[in-house]
This record gives sequence, structure tokens and C-alpha cells, in this order.
Amino acid sequence: MRADQILHPTDHGLYCPPGDFHIDPIRPVPRALITHGHGDHARAGHGAVLATRETLDIMAIRYGEDFTAFRQVADGCIRIGDTQVSFHPAGHILGSAQILVQPDHGPRIVVSGDYCRRANPVCAPFQPVPCDIFVTEATFGLPVFRHPDPVDEMARLLASMAEFPDRPHLIGAYALGKAQRLIALARQAGIDAPIAIHGALQRLSDYHIGQGVDLGPLVPATADDVPSGLVIAPPSAFASPWVQRFRDPVIGFASGWMQVRARARQRGVELPLIVSDHVDWPQVTDTIRELSPEQVWITHGTEDGLMRWCELNGFAARPLRLVGYEDEPE
Amino acid sequence: MKAFSHLLERLAFTPARNAKLRLLRHYLETTPDPDRGYALAALTGDLKLRAVTPSLLRGLMAERIDEQLFALSYDFVGDLAETIALLWQGDSDQEVPLRDAVDLLSNTGKAALPAAIADMLDRLPPAQRLAFLKLATGNMRVGLSARMARIALADMGQPDVADIEEIWHGLTPPYQPLFDWIAGGERPAHAALAPFRPVMLSTPVDLEQLRAFDPADYMAEWKWDGIRVQAVNDGGTRRLYSRTGEDIGAAFPDILDALNFNGAADGELLVRRGTEVASFGDLQKRLNRKTVGKTMLDSHPAALRLYDLMIWQDRDLRDLPLSERRAILEEANFGSDRIDVSPLLTFTTWDDLAALRATPPSIVIEGVMLKRRDSLYLGGRPRGPWFKWKRDPMLVDAVMLYAQRGRGKRSGFYSDFTFGLWDGDQLVPVGKAYFGFTDEELRQLDRFVRTNTTDRFGPVRAVAPKLVLEVAFEGLNESSRHKSGIAMRFPRISRIRWDKPAAEADHLTTLHGMLP
Repeated sequence: MRADQILHPTDHGLYCPPGDFHIDPIRPVPRALITHGHGDHARAGHGAVLATRETLDIMAIRYGEDFTAFRQVADGCIRIGDTQVSFHPAGHILGSAQILVQPDHGPRIVVSGDYCRRANPVCAPFQPVPCDIFVTEATFGLPVFRHPDPVDEMARLLASMAEFPDRPHLIGAYALGKAQRLIALARQAGIDAPIAIHGALQRLSDYHIGQGVDLGPLVPATADDVPSGLVIAPPSAFASPWVQRFRDPVIGFASGWMQVRARARQRGVELPLIVSDHVDWPQVTDTIRELSPEQVWITHGTEDGLMRWCELNGFAARPLRLVGYEDEPE
Repeated sequence: MKAFSHLLERLAFTPARNAKLRLLRHYLETTPDPDRGYALAALTGDLKLRAVTPSLLRGLMAERIDEQLFALSYDFVGDLAETIALLWQGDSDQEVPLRDAVDLLSNTGKAALPAAIADMLDRLPPAQRLAFLKLATGNMRVGLSARMARIALADMGQPDVADIEEIWHGLTPPYQPLFDWIAGGERPAHAALAPFRPVMLSTPVDLEQLRAFDPADYMAEWKWDGIRVQAVNDGGTRRLYSRTGEDIGAAFPDILDALNFNGAADGELLVRRGTEVASFGDLQKRLNRKTVGKTMLDSHPAALRLYDLMIWQDRDLRDLPLSERRAILEEANFGSDRIDVSPLLTFTTWDDLAALRATPPSIVIEGVMLKRRDSLYLGGRPRGPWFKWKRDPMLVDAVMLYAQRGRGKRSGFYSDFTFGLWDGDQLVPVGKAYFGFTDEELRQLDRFVRTNTTDRFGPVRAVAPKLVLEVAFEGLNESSRHKSGIAMRFPRISRIRWDKPAAEADHLTTLHGMLP
């Protein structure tokens, strides 16, 4: 069987005919395999969902227990139609997985979802899975993206808090994954005091704590007088009146995009922190070299740069031009 | 280089003036000589280095990266120095003193420059490459004026900002004597010829307040709408300074040529054709240029209209009363028809003066100045001896069209408003204002924006065109950069007209009618 008969893009997302399932579909389908819990990959309303236990838990937190009629925890090798599928850690957020699709006849395909090769205190590290076809994201698919060690970024946060001790530091971070990673990084950097979190982070942070991630003392950032100099909130909160309760705040944002100044300026950020849960350029190119697949399929992002690199380095590559995935999910 | 790089980064992203001052002061207090002096000079534009061209930098990259990947990267990042800083390979963790970078950029010959720059980029950690490239291309873009740098210096120790300004132009990087002085040492000797001297400024006044004073104690003259300057010729060394001590002579060679006297004079820089003073818009075309062409010199001739003398024929007049300085000013020969003296106004009562103020003979007059006859020339803004009584601002009723959130103290509030006027049945944007309202009014405006949003463009919200804002402004210039063809000077919101229907807001023709 040819590769694109095993997996190909449709207007619902990536579809696998021999197994009759979709991976990270953007619209409701009968059978969905979900790589991770971010809203643009994990949507409610599918007939059946196969995902890691953590991803299923996260979907239930976000969408309610009835987000799907039937759910199954991905554990070991699972037979679906004429394929075997298995889930392997992707190092992106808690519960994130790459999905290996092995058809009875044809090439082994790894759909990596969103992934990251840098150590992350809130999730298991990326596991390289040998494959014939590697399906990769290209969120940061340009050689300008070489994300620094997040420890250095935390040092910049601490320096700013020391420079402006009387100004609360409000850091924007996506509610699932980035926020908890940021808090864990702040703890590693030696911030022991309570950290205030916006209400939108409460249940997801509680879930991380329940899964054994040490986030230290957290307080809600809902009162008029927030008892902490460090506040983590989803980026959307900065556009809401919620932020008006803080006097002369230093507004920060934690994202891989912060590496490019114009992006940081557009957001009106005073303290850009380069912390990314996606592969940067060296990571994505090293991963392709390491796996050395026969083909690289690129799902979304700045694929032109990665296509060019594959061409220069002798890897057959094609863009899938999947629509519906955001640069970095909210 | 690490501290310098960190400073540039923070300054570039910090909008608030006080926070910028604090960052700079902290850097200057914690960084050793000579690096802090070089950093200061880089920020104030006083560091004269070899200019590294974009083509040299592109050449370095052509040897190192695929052309197509470079083009994609540059297209995404949008800034050449930043693109190169990000693309350069290597993870050095050396600490390179800023002095080494300055040495390299001052002493390397043209042929050796590309290799020297590549070598420096290899030595620098990734985060510091951008700072070096900004230094090399001579474009800091961190929103910090030389004046602010001197305020930060004044915050560090005894000398106040006027003291520092007075000696600033005699100092050269890395300013060791200046830092010694701030730390409690000797005041540096007045080395430079034609130094800048702190300018005397005025405070605003109105008719009610003036009634408390005796008109006979004051001289009055027109307040000309140019820019306040200090023109100096010290034994042949000629300088033209803005009122904050920036040397703007390079943009005004015609003025420098005209300074055929020995002294330091205080006056207004204008564009004047024969006896007719041109609008501020004409003067603006001459400002902020590194050089000026012959065509511009002919079409926009600059002139000086003098208010006062600080130094004359080697004599310091600043300790004389204004009446005596004025007598010397009126007698003096300035040796050029580009220079004249601002005439005094004749009045006996405040109401006489009010009448004059209401009907100025030229559109390039923005009110009257009042100066006590016995006032000494004091740098800074002493309260009392000099008043400015500006003409009333111009007003239009405009309709709010777009709003953007503020930063710093106004984080989270929609506080920057774009407003428009009617052009037929369309509303055309004519300007932007972000102050003039109280904190309570800001909350009301914020609420209005949130409940009347019709569209979003990134951080900008379009609002239903129904709120009328009374906008006050100081003047108008024609501008090809604005859709309406007009740019307002100093626009602010003077009243929120909750009561007025948008249909009754002013038309664009009203604004055109106000053009000088």
C-alpha cells in the first residue's frame, strides 16, 4: 500500500483509511486519535476517542465528561482495522504523544503532533520512534529559531523582579502546559513564594499537581489585592478588565515567538520570555537526521524553511498544508 | 557586553520613561569603567564608530547560509541585524568587554573589517550578538534621548542635570572624569569650546493669575512657533543646540554660517522667507536630518529670532537683569540678515496684552511670553520670572473610530484613541490622542470601547462610530502621510461629548479651514 493510501489530509484532518480513523481531526468524526489536549488538536464531539490517559482527563476537564461517547486509554499496541497503533511520549505537554501507525502492509508512519526535545518538568521526554515516514510540525521551522535554555529566561524574569520590586509581574502563558511549565521553572529558579494564577489556570494546574507535578504554593489572582508579585495568566486575560486591578504591571509573555522582537512588540510585551514547548530549528533538524526517515511530511507552521532544509540535506519532504491548527494554541 | 545587551533589550521593550531611567541608572551604577561610558555614548549618539554597511553584513551571511533560507528568515524577522544575530552559529559563553567591541569598530581598516566582525560574532554568546550588530550599524532604537541619559546620570549623584548639561559637550567617551565627579570627585574642567548652557524656561499662566502681578514689572513678546535654540560662537567654534542640549548644527549649516559674532544667544529657530516666517510644518522638514541638500536650503531657509543673550563678547550676562541684557541684545550687531531680534510688545494693562494675544499679526505665533524685567538668566524652569501665555487651543468635535490598549500604568485600559471627521457621509481618521482625560473618564472610555467593539485588528478595536470627542490641538500641518492630508500637533481629548450625536461632529473641511 502506498503511503498516502495509509494516511492523507482531508478537510476533517489526517485520515487513515485502513484503520478508518482520524488523527487530531478539526471536526467531529466517528473515531479520533488525539495526540494532546490543546484545543486545536483535541476537540469535543467525536464518536470515540483514543488518547493517553492524561489527554482524556484534560479533555474531560475542558469539555466536560461527555466530550465523547466512547473513550479508550492508549496503552501498548492497539489493533484498529488493518493497522496497529501505539502512543509514545512527545515531550510537548502533559500527556502529549506521538502516534505510530503500522499498517499490515506498508510503511511505518509516526505522527508526532506537537513535540519538543528539551527537558520539561511537567511531562515525559520525547521518545524517538524509528519510522519510514515522519510527520512533523514546523511551528518554528526557520533557522532563526534557536530557543535559549529556559533557565536563562527565568534568570531574566528574576532580574526584572529585582529591578522593579514594586511592580507586579504578569506573565502570559497558555493555560495548558506552558503555564504549569513556567511555574515549575520558576520553582527551579528558586521562587518559593506563592505564585498567583488566573482563574482559567486553576483546574488544569490542580490536575498537574494531582499527577505529581510540583508547582509549589499557588494563590488565585482574582481578589482585588493579589498577594503575589508574580502572576501567571492566559494571554487573553490581558485584553480583559481583569488586568486593571494591577497597578503599573510589568507585562511579560512566555512563548517561542518572543525570540523575534517585532512579534513581542506587536503584543505590547515589556518582558518577552523565550520559553517554547515546540521543537526549535536545531531540534527539528536533528530529529529528522536522527530518525532518518524515507519521507518527511510537514503538517503546519513555517514549512517553507523546513522544506528547503530537507531539500538541501537529501530528505524527501512534502507539506500536508493542514488547516485549522494555530501557531501556538491559546 | 552581557550587561549592555541586557540593557538594550530592556530599554527597547520598556515604554515608560521612569522605568527606562531606572534601568539606565542601574546599569551605570553596576557596570565598571570604561564599558559604562561607552554604553552611555552609544545611547546618546556620541560614539563615533566605523559604520558597518548592510551589504557587508549580507556578504558575511552569503558565505554561511543558503540564500533561500536567509531570505525566508529575513522576511520573517524584518530586521537585518536581528536576523543575522539569530542565524549566526555558535554557542560561545565568553564575556567580551564592550570596550573590545568599541575598539574593533573604531580601529579596524576597511579590508579587515568583515573578518573582524565575523570573529567578534563568533566570540559573543547568542543573546549579545544583536547588541554588537546594533552598535556596528549605529542604530540603537531604544527610545532614549541624550537628555534622558543625562537625567539618569543626575539621579546617580550630587550634580544636577543642568550642571551635567553645562559640561556635557566638553566630554568624550568613556567619560571617566564625569563618573568620578558624580561619585564625589572634582568637577571636570570646562574643556570644550562653545558649550551648551542650560536654558531658562517658562511656566504657563492665564489672565486670572496675571491679575496678581503688576504689568509694569514685565516685558512681553510674541511666542514664536519654531523651536527654541541656543546659538553659540566661541572664538570661531560654532554650535547650534536644541533646548535640551542636542547639537542640531548638522541640519542647519545656513545658521552656522550666519553666526558671525562672539557669544551665546537664546532664540527661536524658524524658516523665514524674506520677512515672512513660515509655518512650523516647513521647519519640520529641516529637522532630524543628518545632512541637508542645496535645494532644501534654498526652498526652506532657516533663520534665528533672538530673545536673549547669555554670553556676549566673552562676558557672561546671565547674572544681569533682563532689562540690561535686552539693551545689549538690541544694540548688538549679529552680522547676518538671517538673525533678528524678537520685538517687544507695547502694553500697559493685562487687558491690552489680552487683546494683542487675541489678534496676533502672524499665524506662526502661538501666544505671548512674559518676562520680569529684573529676572536673571536661570537655567531650568524657575517658577515665576517667566510666563508663557499660549493662545487658546484649536478645537474640533471628532468621532472615536478605533481604540488601542495602553501600556505601563494603563495596561488593560483602552486609552489610545483614533478619531475621525466627516467627509461627505464617511468618517475619515484625522488623528490619535491618548491623554487629556481623568482616570475616571479613562474608565468610562474603556467601558465604552468594550461594549461598542465592532471589529478587531490585532490589538486594535474598531468601535461603533457614535461617541463624540472634543479634541484640542496646538496647530495643524499639511501631511502626505495622513489619509486626511493633515497632521495635528499635540492633540488631546479636552471633553467627552456623551450628549452629542455623531452626525453633528465636525467635517474635514472645518479642519482644512484651520490650516495656516
